[in-house]
Amino acid sequence: MRVKNNSFALDPIDIKILELLQEDARQTYTELGKRLGIAHSTVYDRIKRMESYGIIKKYTALVDAEKAGAKSVTAIMTIYTDPKESEKVAEKLCKIPQILEVYTSLSEELQVIAKVMAENQENLHEFIATTVAPLPGVLRIRTSIITKKFKETHPLMFNDPKKLTLTNNENNKKRVKSESEK
Amino acid sequence: MKNKPEIKALKTVPREKAFYFFTSIGNYTGESASSLKEFMEKINEVNVKSLEFHLYRGDFEKWVAEVLEDKELAERICKLRQSNYLGNILREKLYVIVSKRFKELTELC
Repeated sequence: MRVKNNSFALDPIDIKILELLQEDARQTYTELGKRLGIAHSTVYDRIKRMESYGIIKKYTALVDAEKAGAKSVTAIMTIYTDPKESEKVAEKLCKIPQILEVYTSLSEELQVIAKVMAENQENLHEFIATTVAPLPGVLRIRTSIITKKFKETHPLMFNDPKKLTLTNNENNKKRVKSESEK
Repeated sequence: MKNKPEIKALKTVPREKAFYFFTSIGNYTGESASSLKEFMEKINEVNVKSLEFHLYRGDFEKWVAEVLEDKELAERICKLRQSNYLGNILREKLYVIVSKRFKELTELC
């Protein structure tokens, strides 16, 4: 790692540490060191440095809300905005606890896309009508309520898309499909 | 005089208290009304699906009663809801009710 002007340049070992932590942040320094072929003290130093520079923001748990018994409605809102106000709309949405994710997207019209969670459909509607629709710059909103989750992954930040390969399961499915087509 | 309900009903409310027209849960049309006059005008402009959606959820009478503080108009809208009109007939009937009330109130002032 190189430190210059209070900023930080990650080297391949730092990136590898981050990838391993994103897989499982509960691995010990020793385990990480073994997997990378470096001393645990080196792993410790590098992690502490990345924490102090805010590269590693926090360690958290991914909770399956459904299995935890939480009854809720999740929806994706596409908020069409006045281009002059879209940044402000996105920033305001970020401050609302019910909003889980916020993105901007440029298609034919400028859009803010946000994932929202509510107790039930009625609360979802109430929330959108009283909190999101009145925001200055909101032109209209399309909301899709999520009915079933088929896949959820948390990609590693440094993954090279070219390196992405099919998992064994997907390979098998592909092979079965091609065999059945014969 | 300022506290007379008739006058209150003709006020313009801040944007956070305006009525926002949706066609279904979470689907905002982009149309809103901040006063009774604007509400009356929007009845003729918004997608009729939005009128059906809000009328049968009781949203119109709730907004009129709680925000515009016009219990009389809220009751009239409630009666319309019980008649189960749909489509443009509903639009016409709702417009007649709201415009009639708007006229009554402006004459009182």
